[in-house]
Amino acid sequence: MAAKKMFGAADASILVTDLRRSFDDGVTRGYEWRVTQLKKLLIICDNHEPEIVAALRDDLGKPELESSVYEVSLLRNSIKLALKQLKNWMAPEKAKTSLTTFPASAEIVSEPLGVVLVISAWNYPFLLSIDPVIGAISAGNAVVLKPSELAPASSALLAKLMEQYLDSSAVRVVEGAVTETTALLEQKWDKIFYTGSSKIGHVIMAAAAKHLTPVVLELGGKSPVVVDSDTDLKVTVRRIIAGKWGCNNGQACISPDYILTTKEYAPKVIDAMKKELETFYGKNPMESKDMSRIVNSTHFDRLSKMLDEKEVSDKIVYGGEKDRENLKIAPTILLDVPLDSLIMSEEIFGPLLPILTLNNLEESFDVIRSRPKPLAAYLFTHNKKLKERFAATVSAGGIVVNDIAVHLALHTLPFGGVGESGMGAYHGKFSFDAFSHKKAVLYRSLFGDSAVRYPPYSRGKLRLLKALVDSNIFDIFKVLLGLS
Amino acid sequence: MEGMKETVEESLREMRETFASGRTRSLKWRKAQIGAIYEMVKDNEDKICSALFQDLGKHSTEAFRDELGVVLRSATVAINSLDKWAVPKHSNLPLLFYPAKGKVISEPYGTVLVLSSWNFPISLSLDPLIGAIAAGNTVLLKSSELSPNASAFLAKTIPAYLDTKAIKVIEGGPDVATILLQHQWDKIFFTGSPKIGRIIMAAAAQHLTPVTLELGGKCPTIVDHHTISKNIKSVVKRIAGGKWGSCSGQACISVDYVLIEKSYASSLIDMLKPTIKSFFGENPKESGCLSRIATKQHVQRLSRLLNDPRVQASIVYGGSIDEEKLYVEPTILLDPPLDSEIMNEEIFGPILPIITVRDIQESIGIIKTKPKPLAIYAFTNDENLKTRILSETSSGSVTFNDVMIQYMCDALPFGGVGESGIGRYHGKYSFDCFSHEKAIMEGSLGMDLDARYPPWNNFKLTFIRLAFREAYFKLILLMLGLKR
Repeated sequence: MAAKKMFGAADASILVTDLRRSFDDGVTRGYEWRVTQLKKLLIICDNHEPEIVAALRDDLGKPELESSVYEVSLLRNSIKLALKQLKNWMAPEKAKTSLTTFPASAEIVSEPLGVVLVISAWNYPFLLSIDPVIGAISAGNAVVLKPSELAPASSALLAKLMEQYLDSSAVRVVEGAVTETTALLEQKWDKIFYTGSSKIGHVIMAAAAKHLTPVVLELGGKSPVVVDSDTDLKVTVRRIIAGKWGCNNGQACISPDYILTTKEYAPKVIDAMKKELETFYGKNPMESKDMSRIVNSTHFDRLSKMLDEKEVSDKIVYGGEKDRENLKIAPTILLDVPLDSLIMSEEIFGPLLPILTLNNLEESFDVIRSRPKPLAAYLFTHNKKLKERFAATVSAGGIVVNDIAVHLALHTLPFGGVGESGMGAYHGKFSFDAFSHKKAVLYRSLFGDSAVRYPPYSRGKLRLLKALVDSNIFDIFKVLLGLS
Repeated sequence: MEGMKETVEESLREMRETFASGRTRSLKWRKAQIGAIYEMVKDNEDKICSALFQDLGKHSTEAFRDELGVVLRSATVAINSLDKWAVPKHSNLPLLFYPAKGKVISEPYGTVLVLSSWNFPISLSLDPLIGAIAAGNTVLLKSSELSPNASAFLAKTIPAYLDTKAIKVIEGGPDVATILLQHQWDKIFFTGSPKIGRIIMAAAAQHLTPVTLELGGKCPTIVDHHTISKNIKSVVKRIAGGKWGSCSGQACISVDYVLIEKSYASSLIDMLKPTIKSFFGENPKESGCLSRIATKQHVQRLSRLLNDPRVQASIVYGGSIDEEKLYVEPTILLDPPLDSEIMNEEIFGPILPIITVRDIQESIGIIKTKPKPLAIYAFTNDENLKTRILSETSSGSVTFNDVMIQYMCDALPFGGVGESGIGRYHGKYSFDCFSHEKAIMEGSLGMDLDARYPPWNNFKLTFIRLAFREAYFKLILLMLGLKR
């Protein structure tokens, strides 16, 4: 097997130069090219699903249903939506002109940014690679994708399939780790789209700042779930379980990280969870094939350390089994761990679920507000007032009431973070917009000019301007444009 | 500086506390604050004009047209539109999710920082301030030390009109900015040069703070003599107004240089000369209608640009400089070398290079060799040329047959791309600029589908696959047991 050539600064520079030439030549601008590329991506989803499922099983032990539904189906839908809507998205948007700019017409034209970089993550390696690429291509950009090296089978498959099907003069995949990413980040990109941890998010934005490159950062955080006693407990618990252990075994950016409920209600919640967990995963969850494993030993050790911490290990009320060789940790519930424990200080990203109890549900607002803004915040309740307050006052990327994670699949809602959980958004048209520059265009007429616009300025002109302001703010501009 | 550090920390603490109290969420509060800005400007017109005259020698008519009038209008629009802007946007969700509901609400980021500039020190401070307040944030404004009188006015008068616990002003230069940038802000809005823009973004990266950077560039003006010769008088006046009529060329959207076919260059110059005289008389220095250059350093910079012997040789009008009086004469250059410094940095002064081309179509090629500017101006009636300009160049905005006026059209986003900036504002875009678009999804606890939950089996996989494809008929067949 040939040794892999190291991708360094020179390679990155040549890569960007090549892609820029393609972009400048207009390769990516036309509607036809974009549609062709999107259709090729659809073919990848349609013809290569078994290989994708196999790669995900290799990398993550991901169950077939999760791979098929949360990666391939979501992508298929995303591509189909783009194909259906692209003409609309590409069309200029008429802007309202008012008396201030009459006679004129104005529009906003979407244009591609140029050559963009998409850096993907390991937990949903296909979804988080191709979904942003769909946005980049729809918007008419040339794009380089760097998949995560922590999901090597997926990364290799992505590189192979994209090279096989897509136009390599404008779409490329660069595999690698820190060295390659660093080399890429030194180049000047027209946009960088990054999915990953907040820690690396800082690094990405700092690199982007050198070139004034705009960024979308899809990061993470501790997404809280507030459970009110006025809810349907069985449905609530099933949805939490499906959203946590049913989505890559808790290793997802919008995973329910911890639960907040009242001291009174907590025992009921725990009992219901235990019951449903057994229904879903059987009496021996370590044997269940319906959950992903932990991605690698580094993350296993990280999670292990959280569980083993003093004052945490004795708070386990369910699960806690670990198997390092097979990279498995059982679905684990903890009750009232200390707020300054490791497990409550960083995003868990694993199958551990702390439950924190409060005297009353009101306190949950303060708990959430005292922490960095998460990507998602969840609430289960029938109480309308509580729903309204929650939606209005809890700041998070997105809020979901009475469900978990599904908002990811909704192309009509922007998906992104705020504060530590990120900046920018995508999905649906928001993806197209994320990779576009919205250029303002004003068409003016050559006749009609008022002396008031130009020097020499006189007190008379000033008086005229002021008088107009006092009467009607809009008339001032009519005068300036020679219409009165 | 220790005192300044403490002032900043105390200010931040108070603003965060005010934001947490919820006071700025009320639309009534926001309108009252913006109304107070309106009153402040109206009550203090003379003081403001006097400050601008002292800082920049700005004539009161120019001051009103470019600064006070802009702020008054911006405030009026915000007050009249805020109710509309703050309405949540409802999203249609796919049938699969029925009866779930989705919407997007705009929520304030929190405590934001506005860093203003010296050339339009009133409007570039108050216009972003209006946006920040409209969106419900608490805000700290740092005005520019290079316009000390305007800065002092703002520092003294804003506290007299606005809620001092929520809106603060700090005066000072780079050392104060450095202190401010060490802290975590929820958003930073900066107007200034690309060089400083990079520093701002790098500082923001430390805290994952989203930024809007309103920067600059060389705004080219294409004059397609063929197709506009009938209206050449208007064209010349507009170009002259766009170069010398607004802060003596020291505006981010000033006409930087002109592109015209060689055979028409001299007639253009012959028309510009008397136009300049009609604006400023025989002695522009004494006209009172031409703004001054900001500081001696800025005069020296412009002087240096002119001192290049090849550039000296290209002067066809003007050229005189009086450093003491901060005066640079309206100057026209004919074909300075394209590799001279003056043709490779934003001029930001009253010097107008005229670059000749054989065919006006070549101007597009020249524009593309330079970083993307904030605006491109083109005087033409040739539809083909218009299309080429729109599709082959990239800039914040394009205005046909006028200059500068796009600034007043608040249905158009105002912002740059590439080196000319990130983000945009004006009108509703100001509100959006300072808001986080939070997605809210509400599911129903009533309808629950078993297929959503483990343990997985083929039935569930097929069900979900069909659901995602929105193949509802097939889904019903499946549920009725009529599909395998």
